Amino acid sequence: MTRSTLSRRGFLKRGANVVAASVAASAVPGMVAAMGNVTVGFIYVGPRQDFGWNQSHWDAAQKIAAMDGITVVEQENVPETAEVEKVIQSMIELDGAKVIFGTSFGYWDSLKAMAEKYPDVLFTHIGAIWKEGDPTNVIGYRGYTEEAHYLCGIAAGRMSDTRKIGFIGSKPLYFIYNNANGFMLGARSVAPETTMNVVITGDWNNPVKEAETTNALIDQGCDVIIANVDSPKVAIETAEARGVYTCGYHSDLSSLAPNGFLTGAEWNWASGAEFVRAFVEDDPYPNLKRGGFREDMVALSPFGEAVPQEVRDEVMAAKQGFIDNSLQLYAGPIADNQGNVIVPEGEVRNNDDVPFKLGIDWFVEGTIG
Amino acid sequence: MNSVEAVAINAAAFVITLALFGIYVATLGHNPLDVYYVLWLGSFARQISIESTLTNAAPLMLTALCTAIPARAGLLVIGGEGALVVGGVATVLAGMLVAGAPFLVGVTFMSLAGALAGGLWIAFAGALRQYRGVNETISTLLLNYIAIAVMYHLITGPMRDWERVLKTSSWSIPDALRVGALPVIDVHWGLAAGIVVCLILYVVMRRTTFGFGVDVLGGNPRAAQMAGLPINRMVLICCFMGGAAAGLAGAFEVTAVHGFASESLVVGFGYAGILVAFLSRQNPAAIIFLAIILGGVAASGGLLQRRFDLPDATTQVLQGLLFMIVLASNAAYGRLNVFQPAAWRTA
Amino acid sequence: MEGTELGWWGVLIAVIGGAIRVSTPYLFVSLGETLTEKSGRVNLGLEGVLVMGAMSGYATAVLTGQPWLGVLVAGCAGALLSLVHALVCSLPRVNDIAVGIALFIFGTGLAFFLGKPFINPSAPRLPDLDLGWWSDSPHIQSALQISPLFLFGFALALFLAWALKNTRWGLVLRTVGDSSEAAQALGYNITLVRIAGTVAGGFLAGVGGSYLSLYFPGTWNEGLSSGQGLMAVALVIFARWDPVRCFYASLLFGGATALGPALQSAGVTANYYLYGAAPYFLTLAVLIYSASPRKALEGAPGEVSISR
Repeated sequence: MTRSTLSRRGFLKRGANVVAASVAASAVPGMVAAMGNVTVGFIYVGPRQDFGWNQSHWDAAQKIAAMDGITVVEQENVPETAEVEKVIQSMIELDGAKVIFGTSFGYWDSLKAMAEKYPDVLFTHIGAIWKEGDPTNVIGYRGYTEEAHYLCGIAAGRMSDTRKIGFIGSKPLYFIYNNANGFMLGARSVAPETTMNVVITGDWNNPVKEAETTNALIDQGCDVIIANVDSPKVAIETAEARGVYTCGYHSDLSSLAPNGFLTGAEWNWASGAEFVRAFVEDDPYPNLKRGGFREDMVALSPFGEAVPQEVRDEVMAAKQGFIDNSLQLYAGPIADNQGNVIVPEGEVRNNDDVPFKLGIDWFVEGTIG
Repeated sequence: MNSVEAVAINAAAFVITLALFGIYVATLGHNPLDVYYVLWLGSFARQISIESTLTNAAPLMLTALCTAIPARAGLLVIGGEGALVVGGVATVLAGMLVAGAPFLVGVTFMSLAGALAGGLWIAFAGALRQYRGVNETISTLLLNYIAIAVMYHLITGPMRDWERVLKTSSWSIPDALRVGALPVIDVHWGLAAGIVVCLILYVVMRRTTFGFGVDVLGGNPRAAQMAGLPINRMVLICCFMGGAAAGLAGAFEVTAVHGFASESLVVGFGYAGILVAFLSRQNPAAIIFLAIILGGVAASGGLLQRRFDLPDATTQVLQGLLFMIVLASNAAYGRLNVFQPAAWRTA
Repeated sequence: MEGTELGWWGVLIAVIGGAIRVSTPYLFVSLGETLTEKSGRVNLGLEGVLVMGAMSGYATAVLTGQPWLGVLVAGCAGALLSLVHALVCSLPRVNDIAVGIALFIFGTGLAFFLGKPFINPSAPRLPDLDLGWWSDSPHIQSALQISPLFLFGFALALFLAWALKNTRWGLVLRTVGDSSEAAQALGYNITLVRIAGTVAGGFLAGVGGSYLSLYFPGTWNEGLSSGQGLMAVALVIFARWDPVRCFYASLLFGGATALGPALQSAGVTANYYLYGAAPYFLTLAVLIYSASPRKALEGAPGEVSISR
């Protein structure tokens, strides 16, 4: 076993004692279990330091790594190809991983396939589309960020002078539509004459296009911008430089725009740690966990200085509405921007109406895009 | 070429690369021996490592041919990425047409459709060069961007499967026509296709009159012209064969991996293929070997991240370093007297 | 439709502004590659050089608070990286195109590796010049907020066009690039000239990268360059190795890039992927139209393998 002592010496030198030593030990298959340690594997689709989507999961990973008896191994930039399954297998077989976090939508099919192959391993996916018949060692979880966008929309509706707001989306997917609708419904709830321009860039991450889009939206008169892309930093800084308001996404971006930041829609992935704990302690865990503010699965960024107290109060009141279930996002009457009535007057589409939400491929009235 | 010399020089280049990489990781505070062990562990030491390596290598064999075959005729084609995408889309369309067909018929039809589309795509660039004088490097680069844009347009519009909520993708091919894994080893059939196509093209390029003619053309176009070779036709055939290989890679991504066309076709297989093509010096048989080496570097790169908390870019640094040193080692050919029995010398 | 008229003006302003904003990296990289290719070598690795320049410039600006120092460091990092290309290619039997691809991978890899700690911090941006002071419209004012680097690039294009024709070193560079035999006969040190051409080209590409990270879009992350460096190398062929044409080609490409977002924000939202590919369609169409099957590319350095 010269090799293992070698590795261990190499690692101990780094001084990151507990975590590193157990990783080194796992260089020898079988040693992980002997140390009573549980290894958790995180797979990211992009760089984990991206000031956005992947970093929101990295934050969660660091919290899980801080738990007792937990070792986290991470691999970034894993494309949604045949490689995913191999990375999962490699984590399980070479690192002894017992829990796998797949933090990209497109990993779903691979995670399901691997869950059937490794029934003792727990798999989590951030899409929350688990359904009856899928492997029971898979958890889908996801927050309703559209609620947080609704709150951003209230602030945007109150702060906009031009009554035009701008939404930058990455891909034409259901949650982007939901977020855009949330933003717009929030804005219209306080300023009914508001219109919203939506631009889909078509890329998860393309700073030049995002900056150019921000400029183009501002040229069209939009004075509040929110960007649903992997790293919204560029859009926010560009908007700040042009002196318009911005809202954040994924994590707290208030520091990027000291003058124009209103608030932002954030994830709260803390449930991941609960799943790990439940798994380790052999407690039951759900296969599906979805929620908004009520379930504490989304969060609101701190308000920027530009936001006056009465607007803050209004936003917080709406947040309380989501928490105590007195406020529903898709409450009729709601029409799409083609004039079709989607939710008639008096009807409400509940937050947990999954087929409805997954099927959203339209923008609400007043949206240009 | 003197093959003993080639093996010795490439092996030396490999060792030098590892030595430099060892210094690199040592400056980051890691023990190079640990790193070497993990490189080995992640690429070849276990069944799962070998499977990872071969899974990574499979598409590269085919996309490498897209650069290597035209290069033998003197063209620098970098359009593997686009040809793969076009091939993938054509495969999905073909799969729609043959729904309900017997397995072998259906899969053959889809593969041929993918290969045909990729082949025509690159042959178009070849034709632009021969008949319009458009530089093939720039046209294939542009065609990559165009292919990707058209594919994205199709999978978000006319061909979109709205049922797949988490990803914009095309319709799926029928489940009955999905290709599974190889026997014994859990790697998809694209690997077998890659090896077979590389070997066939090795024979075609090295053992036939056509291949010999292409070598003449690549070595000295003027001589080829004077010899009365059908240059235009040869260039088009080479471009077609290369593009068809990349298109076939796209076909297997669809039939064996995804079942549909999506952004997951655009993950750099085409660009990595260029690397493999140049490393193998456009030799189709060597492509098999080098694709596996590169696949191994990628596979062990994942383990490097996990064991040493090194960022993913480490793999890229290693690949770039390896490539640079292998290329520089070309200068060593003919320098070492051991390898120079006069009769073996080639220009 | 109310507001449509302003909408179309908005599109035009956005395209013009976008052409100026987006074009600068293309301009610098293509000018750099022109120098390199005029000396008889192709450096396909300028994408890696550009990314390295972007990262090092941003990192310098974060650490020192001096964006202009960042530009200088970016240029030097680019020159250094290109020096590797230049030296390796000076060895016998080494293919410059293949080395370029190696540099592409190595440069981006190294930049991503070293750049990890600089994704989150914000760097001070380069200042801009307000050339729209004469207009009341805030949109025109913002479209004409121009980076000094853009103007510098424009001046550089004019200067290089003049210098390549009219100065001694321009003549040396072109001779070495056109015919190594002639250059040898005249007693020039071919290797040295080519190294100089490659390193100078790398410097410019590095500066182009710093424009991306320090001015527009003014950030550093791993998706910053979506192939600008690679595309700029292609634009050199498009521009027939003429610095002034490089300038036009960059503007055209930048404007075409800005077209998609501008149309989308004005409400033309269908087919955005196809609008996004407009620059590529446009370039290919112009190439097919303007190329000639009979004569070799005019302006092409004879020693450059890419011009055959």
